[in-house]
Amino acid sequence: MATLKGGALLDRAVETVMRVVEAPVNAMERVLGRKRMPWVFLAPNLVLFGLFTFIPIAISVGYAFTGGTALFVSDRPFVGLDNFRTLLACDNYLRPGTCQESLFWTAVWNTLWFVALNVTATLLVALTTALILNKAIFARGFFRAIFFYPVLLSPVVIGLIWKWFLDRNGLLNAFLQMLGVPPETFLLDVGWSRFFVVVVSVWFHMGFYTLILLAGLQAIPKDLYEAASIDAASPRRTLFRITLPLLGPNLLVVLILLMIRSVQIFDEAWVLTNGGGPGTANSFIVQYIYQMAFGSDLRLFGLASAASVLMGLVLLVLTLVQLHLGRRMES
Amino acid sequence: MAELKLSTVNKSYGAVKILHDVELDIRDGEFVVFVGPSGCGKSTLLRIIAGLEEITSGTISIGGRDVNHLSPAERKIAMVFQSYALYPHMSVRKNLAFGLENLKFKRAEIEARITEAARMLALEPYLDRRPKQLSGGQRQRVAIGRAIVREPDIFLFDEPLSNLDAALRVQTRAEITKLHRDIKTTMIYVTHDQVEAMTMADKIVVLRSGRVEQVGAPLELFDRPRNLFVAGFLGSPRMNIIKGKVSGIGEDGIVIDVGNGGRLVTDADPAGIQMGQQVLAGIRPAHFARGQDGLPFIVQYHEGLGTETYVYGSLEGESEQIIIHEAGHFSPSPGERILINSTPERVHLFDPESGLAFGRRQGRL
Amino acid sequence: MSINPISFLTRTRRPGRLDLTDILSWVWLIGGTLAVLLPVVWAGLSSLKPAAEITRFPPTLLPRTAIEQTVPGFDKPLSLWQVTIDGQQREMAMVRRIGLKAQVVDPANPEKPISVDVKSMTPVQRLTVATENYTDPLIRFDFLTFLKNSVFVTFVATLLTLLVNALAAFALSKYRFRGDKTVFVIIISTLMIPLTVVMVPAYLVIVGVGLVDNLWGVILPTIASPTAVFLLRQYMLTIPDELIEAARVDAASEFCIFWRIVLPLTAPALAVLAIFSILWRWNDFLWPLIVLSSRENFTLQVGLNAFQGEFSVQWHYILAMTFLSLLPVTVVFLFLQKYITTGIAGTGMK
Repeated sequence: MATLKGGALLDRAVETVMRVVEAPVNAMERVLGRKRMPWVFLAPNLVLFGLFTFIPIAISVGYAFTGGTALFVSDRPFVGLDNFRTLLACDNYLRPGTCQESLFWTAVWNTLWFVALNVTATLLVALTTALILNKAIFARGFFRAIFFYPVLLSPVVIGLIWKWFLDRNGLLNAFLQMLGVPPETFLLDVGWSRFFVVVVSVWFHMGFYTLILLAGLQAIPKDLYEAASIDAASPRRTLFRITLPLLGPNLLVVLILLMIRSVQIFDEAWVLTNGGGPGTANSFIVQYIYQMAFGSDLRLFGLASAASVLMGLVLLVLTLVQLHLGRRMES
Repeated sequence: MAELKLSTVNKSYGAVKILHDVELDIRDGEFVVFVGPSGCGKSTLLRIIAGLEEITSGTISIGGRDVNHLSPAERKIAMVFQSYALYPHMSVRKNLAFGLENLKFKRAEIEARITEAARMLALEPYLDRRPKQLSGGQRQRVAIGRAIVREPDIFLFDEPLSNLDAALRVQTRAEITKLHRDIKTTMIYVTHDQVEAMTMADKIVVLRSGRVEQVGAPLELFDRPRNLFVAGFLGSPRMNIIKGKVSGIGEDGIVIDVGNGGRLVTDADPAGIQMGQQVLAGIRPAHFARGQDGLPFIVQYHEGLGTETYVYGSLEGESEQIIIHEAGHFSPSPGERILINSTPERVHLFDPESGLAFGRRQGRL
Repeated sequence: MSINPISFLTRTRRPGRLDLTDILSWVWLIGGTLAVLLPVVWAGLSSLKPAAEITRFPPTLLPRTAIEQTVPGFDKPLSLWQVTIDGQQREMAMVRRIGLKAQVVDPANPEKPISVDVKSMTPVQRLTVATENYTDPLIRFDFLTFLKNSVFVTFVATLLTLLVNALAAFALSKYRFRGDKTVFVIIISTLMIPLTVVMVPAYLVIVGVGLVDNLWGVILPTIASPTAVFLLRQYMLTIPDELIEAARVDAASEFCIFWRIVLPLTAPALAVLAIFSILWRWNDFLWPLIVLSSRENFTLQVGLNAFQGEFSVQWHYILAMTFLSLLPVTVVFLFLQKYITTGIAGTGMK
């Protein structure tokens, strides 16, 4: 009896809340008419997109073509393409030291290397894991879940966990010492820190891409494999002549997705390397933008926006390719 | 009161015209059936009356007031959808109460109406169940119940029986007719099934390609179809159409020569008929009788149902199939030659070009 | 299915023989599992170690602390050590340590201190759980505030995300009106503009509306999501239009149709979206970092980062709070993992 009453009370409470929300919107309908209601429903979304996507794009363009440190575009002097010129001014594009904005070019090269390494490594690891899980008969669900777990963690948490793991007094060094290798301060070494930024990134995101590839693998009809085995195809031939080609479109989509994500690397690398260190070895583009705009009161919004525009263009191209591929896959 | 009047109602979707100049007068309390083949616009017409579609031009009035711009609820109509459209996440009781709650009825009134509707439709045991726990027939009754509790001026039914099996269909047909007798509200019922139309309607509206072909009581449409389409649509098996030529116009009737020496006499109105005119004669299968003289009919095969027999064949020298209907047992052999004839008042005459029926001779009804 | 583990482990491509590929596969899977679990578990175990022990190298596996004993003649309890003296292992209490030498006394006989080499000593320890690593930051270092802020942001953002995007999806799926295709294209086009590209001017907008250093400034930009609109719209398209018409005949207002009919029927899609929203908002770092400047407004991630910047060697606290941050997610994951992984594979969502 008590639960019945409690249930009824809850119903009444929910009902009252619902009525309270309905009342103003229904009033709007009486005023505006039924035909205009879709616009009322779209309004919050459109306002938010306007405020936080479209207006910022306009402002970004505004910033990119103006200079100074004022926050409001109207207070800033027009400088034309100066910001872009500053960014792109280099004697030798391969040596950031010769560039006017050496920090920017360091970031660009760091990002490019990272994208190349991260995409390759993640793809290989995810593909291998997906192939293995596809054939696994035992505890596939368990392993799939385990590999996916890091995706759910926050980049700050991941950065800190790995920082601890790689610490001078951390577990990795303990293992090494057991093997007779002298301990290293990995995160203070240029080479090792870059290596581990990639490792951490792969560790972080691999599960997500494994899932996508696994779904793609499982979409390949089983009878193709049976036909192949009747045709006496070795496992290796099956892999390279049947599995991978049929997975091709899926792989391509994952590749682009990975590239788009890798270009935007920031959070976990920032935490892991204490802000892009050692020095600027792990300083990436997003970090450059962040530092120019918000770091130590630099307020160089012009440069930051010019860099944002350039990065945005690269991402736009990649996204368009992705959309195009996606549409092609569906047909 | 709830008379429904449609005046020059037209409906187009972009460039495609769905309804052409529909005129309709429905009295309060009538059971009207919109019937016609798929795509004839009957459902569109129903939805226009409901207020779910907009008219492109024309007027609708209910009870004397123009309802063109009123929402469905404001028109005081209720509708039973083909798929029942019950709210799956609500119990039967909440399904029934939903409309009344939106109209801000008092709790006591809502409960009273639900109880009454549940009693009328034998829904009491199911009031707290969800639609997916009910059978098709039960869901249909809930859909009807949802309409009843609203106490509308007009009930609208959109092919409600098409999702039911044959036995349930017959039973539900009778229940809906009984409902109409009980609550005496105007009902508009859409179907493609001419049997439902014939058995349930006070008035039938036959539609084809967006036009009203004929409006009238069922037997009126059966006995006096206005054109070939209506003649062929109502009545099963369909009316036989025989090509012929007027060979005599006299006091007893008009003589039609159908070839091979066969003659038919019809009592159509001679006004507007000329000698030698090409005509189409229409005779229903059951209106043929075997006799000593008449049209020569060659049997192809027959279907004996015990209480009646349908014989399929054609007139001697013709290839068009003719069907005749005999009561009781009758087993002719294939190829057998029978003489069949009909009475003048049962021979319909149609103009081959316009498809329109020629009227009956004056004085005869 | 037979549950014979041996037959499971040995079930291979060629039954009866253990294929090389199978062995390698198992190595990969087990290795991968270790790679995933090791850093996390290690961080967790370390977080239970007291401050003095945490930086010991080589590290102990389980959290331990030195056993101390009160020795007559000394004010404070002394730590116990296993010392090798004249070939014998004896338990001694350490008085002080100077460089490579330590002064130890026999607890039973505290009169005569002996000087020994540090290398010949090993600590005597007991298992311990340093719960103060968890309670201190919560009480003394504002972590409760950070937690509270994160919960607020996550909860409000998720609620608003579901509502706002469902409204838009409803408008785009159940209505035909002039400009509906254009609006849809506009919304989808914002997919091409991730936050990192507009974060600087977005900050200006936040300043402009006066929400800088405010949790609402963190929440608002995250609400409108093109992926959410797209997914919810796809789902709503499967709701039969006749239901909506029946509701109109039942005198329901347009919002009432959304609120009482369509939204409840969209529940499964909303649930998936809710899970993702909670995950993303809880883990957000860059945007809150930009918007928030006062400590009392920090979300958990920003607070954690700031904390490890200020107290960079107090790993016992850092790890405890880090582990605390990942506990809720881990628990939810343990219960919902099947649902989440099949959901993502199905939609291939970003």
